[in-house]
Formats: sequence, C-alpha cells, structure tokens
Amino acid sequence: MTTRIFVPRDTTAISLGADLIATLIQAEAASRGLDIEIVRNGTRGLFWLEPLIEVETSEGRIGFGPVTESDVSALFNEHFYHGNQTHPSCLGLVEEIPYLKKQQRLTFARSGITDPVSLADYKAHDGYKGLENALNLSGQQIVDEVKTSGLRGRGGAAFPTGIKWQTVLDASGEQKYIVCNADEGDSGTFADRLVMECDPFMLIEGMTIAGLAVNANQGYIYLRSEYPIAFDIMNQAIASAYENGYLGKDILGSGRQFDLEVRLGAGAYICGEETSLLDSLEGKRGLVRAKPPLPAIVGLFGKPTVVNNVLSLAAIPYILHHGGEAYAEYGIGRSRGTMPIQLAGNVKYGGLVELAFGIPLNELMNDFGGGTRSGRPLKAVQVGGPLGAYLPESQWDTLIDYEGFSAEKAVLGHGGVVMFDDTVDMGEQARFAMEFCTFESCGKCTPCRIGSTRGVEVIDRIRAGENQDKNWELLEDLCDTMVDGSLCAMGGMTPFPVQSVMKFFPDELRSARQE
Amino acid sequence: MKMTKHSDWRMDDVRAIIQELKHKPGALLPVLHAIQDYIGYLPDSIVPVVAKEMLLTRAEVHGVISFYHHFRSHKTGRHVVEICRAEACQSVGARALEKHAKATLGIDFEQTTSCGSVTLEPVYCLGNCATGPSVRIDDSIYGRVSEDRFDELMADCRDTMQEAG
Repeated sequence: MTTRIFVPRDTTAISLGADLIATLIQAEAASRGLDIEIVRNGTRGLFWLEPLIEVETSEGRIGFGPVTESDVSALFNEHFYHGNQTHPSCLGLVEEIPYLKKQQRLTFARSGITDPVSLADYKAHDGYKGLENALNLSGQQIVDEVKTSGLRGRGGAAFPTGIKWQTVLDASGEQKYIVCNADEGDSGTFADRLVMECDPFMLIEGMTIAGLAVNANQGYIYLRSEYPIAFDIMNQAIASAYENGYLGKDILGSGRQFDLEVRLGAGAYICGEETSLLDSLEGKRGLVRAKPPLPAIVGLFGKPTVVNNVLSLAAIPYILHHGGEAYAEYGIGRSRGTMPIQLAGNVKYGGLVELAFGIPLNELMNDFGGGTRSGRPLKAVQVGGPLGAYLPESQWDTLIDYEGFSAEKAVLGHGGVVMFDDTVDMGEQARFAMEFCTFESCGKCTPCRIGSTRGVEVIDRIRAGENQDKNWELLEDLCDTMVDGSLCAMGGMTPFPVQSVMKFFPDELRSARQE
Repeated sequence: MKMTKHSDWRMDDVRAIIQELKHKPGALLPVLHAIQDYIGYLPDSIVPVVAKEMLLTRAEVHGVISFYHHFRSHKTGRHVVEICRAEACQSVGARALEKHAKATLGIDFEQTTSCGSVTLEPVYCLGNCATGPSVRIDDSIYGRVSEDRFDELMADCRDTMQEAG
C-alpha cells in the first residue's frame, strides 16, 4: 500500500528547507524500493517546527519536525513511514499538539491538512458548501447572512463587511467588481499568505459568493510581488476552478458568471490602502484618493466595488456553509468570530493562532508563543503592523478585541504581534516608524510626505541631545498634525508607534544608545 | 536559483509582450512586470514604446515605473538579494545582518558588486515573520538567516556566476 507523506510547501517551510527535504525523501524511498507518495500540503502554521513532515497512518497523521537534511536517512532507518515514533524529531499525532489543539480554526480549518491545489481535496473537506448554499439565495439573503455573522474587515479597519456589501448591492450600475486586498505589507503578518498558499480555493469561493451577493461578475486579487509562491499557487487553483466550472460564465450550471484574475503589485506598501490599491489596479501610480466617494460607490474604473481583505473574504465560505449565527457565536462585544493572530518577531513558538476574539494578549505571547526566541525578557510588542503602537508590559493584559485595543490607543490591525526582547532600542524603533513612512508615503498629502521626513530629523535631534525639550514639543505637534491632517491611515497612523514610545519609553528616545 | 537575464533582449519581443497584454483593463502593471521578467529591468528605451502602444504619455509610463520599488530602471547583478528591514526581522537581528551584508559585499543598498554577481536591495516584509531574519534571492526566500548562512548563500551566488562563465 502506498504511504502518504506530507511535506509543506508554504513560504516559511520552504525558506527553512522543505523543498530539499521532499527531494531527499523521494530519493531515499526510491533507493530503498518503498512505495510512498509525497503530498505537498500547506502548513499547519507551527513555524518553529518547520519543516514539519507528516505520515498518514490509520490512527491519524504522525508529525516529525523540525526535520533537517541529516535526519532523512535516520528517519527511514527508524521506519518513520510506518508511523514508528522512535525518531527524536517525532511529535506524535499532529492534531494533538496543544498549540494546534487549543485553537478554534474556522478559517484555517484545512490549512496544512489538504493539498492546496487539489480541488478534490478541498471538496472532501467541506469546500464549496458555502457556494452551493449561496446559489440558492438572493443577493440580499447572502448579504443578510454576512450581516448576521458580525464579520468586520480583517485588513485592519474593522468596518462591518455586510454593510459594505449592502452599499455595493444597492448601488446602481451594470458593472461591479470584487477586489481582494492581498497586499499584506504589515511586518509581522502572514495570515493572508497562508490562506493563498494553503487553501486558495477558500478565497476563490469567498470572492465568488461576494460576486453573487452584489451582482459583480469580475474579481481581482491584488497580490504583493513579495509573495511569489502565493502567486503561483493561487494561479494554479484559479485555473483548476475554471476547468471544473467553479469560475467562468456559468458557475455550476447556475447561469451566473464570475471571472477572477490575480494582479501583482510592485512593492509599494501604500497599495494596501484601498483607494491607492484601486489606482494601482487601474495601471496608475498608487496614489491615495480622497473619500468620499467611497469605493463601494465609485471604485475600480469608477464602478461600485467591494474591496475586502483576504481574511474577510476567506471567512465567507464558513459563514455561508454554517450560517451567520454560527460564526457570531464566537467572540466578544462587537468583535464577532475568530481572529487569526500571527505571532512573529522575537518569539519562541511563532506561528498562526486562530481563536475567538477575547483572549488576552499575554496569553498569546506566553502560553502559545512561549516568550522570546532569545530567552531574554520580553520588553515591548508591536501589534497591528508598522502603524501600530508599541505596547509596554502594563498593556499586555489587553484582550484581543477591536474596541479593547482602541481604548489603549493601540490597533489590532491585521492581527500581527511582533515581540521584542530587552535588547531593543525603542528610540531606534520610533525613528524607524517615521523612516518607513518616508519610503512608503504616496506623496499626495503634505503631512505624510513632508511630515515623515521632518519626523526623522526631529527624532535624530532629540537623540543627539540637541534642544531636547523644544524638539520634544515639536515632535508632539508634528505627530498631531500627521494624525489629524493626513489623507489616509499611512500618514494618520505613522505617529502611533512614535507616540507610544514617547509615552512609555521616553528615556530611550531621549538618549541615543552608544555602540 | 533563477538567474536574472538582461543580455540579448529585443525590442520586437517587448512589442509582442505589450500586444499580448494590453487588452486587459488597467494593463500597465502587468505589461511592466512582463517586460521586467523578460529583460531583468526596465531600460529607458522601452518607455516610449510602451507609451505609444498603450496610448499613454511617456510621463505616465515613467511615473508608474518610478513609483513602485519593484520596478528597476537599471541593470542588476546576476542575482538580486533583498534583505528584510521590517520590524519582525529587526527584532531578531536584521539590522546587524544588513550591516554584515553591506560590509562583506562592499556595497550599499541599490548597488551591485564589482564582479556583477549580486545587487543588494532592501525589502519591507516577505511575510516570513516568525522565522526571521529573512532574505530573498531572486524568487527564493530564506528564513533564520544568520551571518554565516548569509555568507554561504552569497558563495552560492558567486559559484553560479562562475559556472555561467
């Protein structure tokens, strides 16, 4: 009987050598005359264990990780392919690993289990059940289901998805678009990438349902060029969906049309801002547009457009399969459902943790994350990407909840949690926040374009001990100007990390560290 | 590792690429990507050709090329090496890795080694944030890149250059 061995093919597993491991396993099996089949699955998101290979047995899948090049022949000597658990890298049943078992995976239910480009595998694991239901509903009924779910935009802005869809459904016009924002530029985030690399059909299904809901027949995935593997896997899945009638002129014989194309960005962080993204998709410089008009009314090529983050659209198949109420049963307050948290930076057990809203931040960083990778004390954590505040220890009991973070003048954003140990120079981090904005500002509005450059200069003066009190006051004023006067969140939020350093780590900003 | 190409490209091929893609709505980015994939960069001489074929002004085409970090107007080395400078990688030593890379290669960002093997560039996040510092070489991404690992990777880049003669 053929033994199935799973070797992940997501960016992180490959960045740690998974391709080589797959090749070596294949060669070793061939030289020993063993009948094995290698499946390149997605990742489970337990990155400290990558490359994490799995063997299918009658009891379940047995994991081994992290597997190095030199482990391969020993694994064969220990008959790992029979599920023997004697090799030191053995992790036992993967589903029983506490990090995974304690999660509530709704969006990432299939991640690491299936072959991402196998439509048959997707369908065997509840794939396309949401679309089948949606095809029997009116657009309004679909939108109502999304409203019931309480889903809010997972890109960071947390706007209610159902209300956005309602606006596009109600907008007049023959041509409407669904645009997926896959320009996941925030440092510390990789959940969008995991959706696209590990379960791309889920995103295709979510976008198709969105198209049915608002009567849009064309979708675009705006994908950042930094994700070459996601681009490849997404395109393979789309081709397969076309071949099997899940995309195109007549979806599953319903007479409804939905076409989908992946478009590559070109290394501009600002294009994650929805209006800048639309200009980029139109073939222009990615300049931010003034709002109103909202993209829901005047969007891509001037037509009504749903612009949603990958994770928002990826939540839709579950909602249409199980119902909005089932999704809304998870979470707290106005934050319903689950949030895929990404533990990153200086973390011992980094990876993806999908849980209902409401878990305290420190439980994620310590119980799941295991503290820092360096073993040194944790000092600060930046949540929500480069525009998010740095949280000191006094704020680590904050619950994962949009309103909870707002109350602390912080943002949950896209759910990235970047941990720093006590060697970090917080003054340097504040400077970098401004510096990043100088690189990535689209240049349309003055507070962002000029403010960020002045911000770097003022911080340099403060750190050099030049006129500190006056420059401190100037920096405060500059931050207020950028927050209040910028056209979009780029300039408007760049001060957040700076202000958090000014408030919680003022001494480090005042004195540049001597090397 | 994939080699970037730039010798022996022909303007007729560039025209063919434009013809194939220009019917798409908002086709300029796909067109520029395809040309850069073909040549390895976007030479100034393609700007008027793209503009004419797509009924745009040269200023519009130039403006788009100069806006996006990914589009390059200059020839690169045989390999493009991008070091992540974003926060998650900073927390695990990316600043030190950046210094090490610049010192050992003897170049700054946006420069190419004198032997022509490596162009060094900054990148802001490769989405490999739990296993940094991260480095991209052409289309391959590497995680937990220590200084020693970086040196090994650079040795590979030089070897492929020598093999290619």
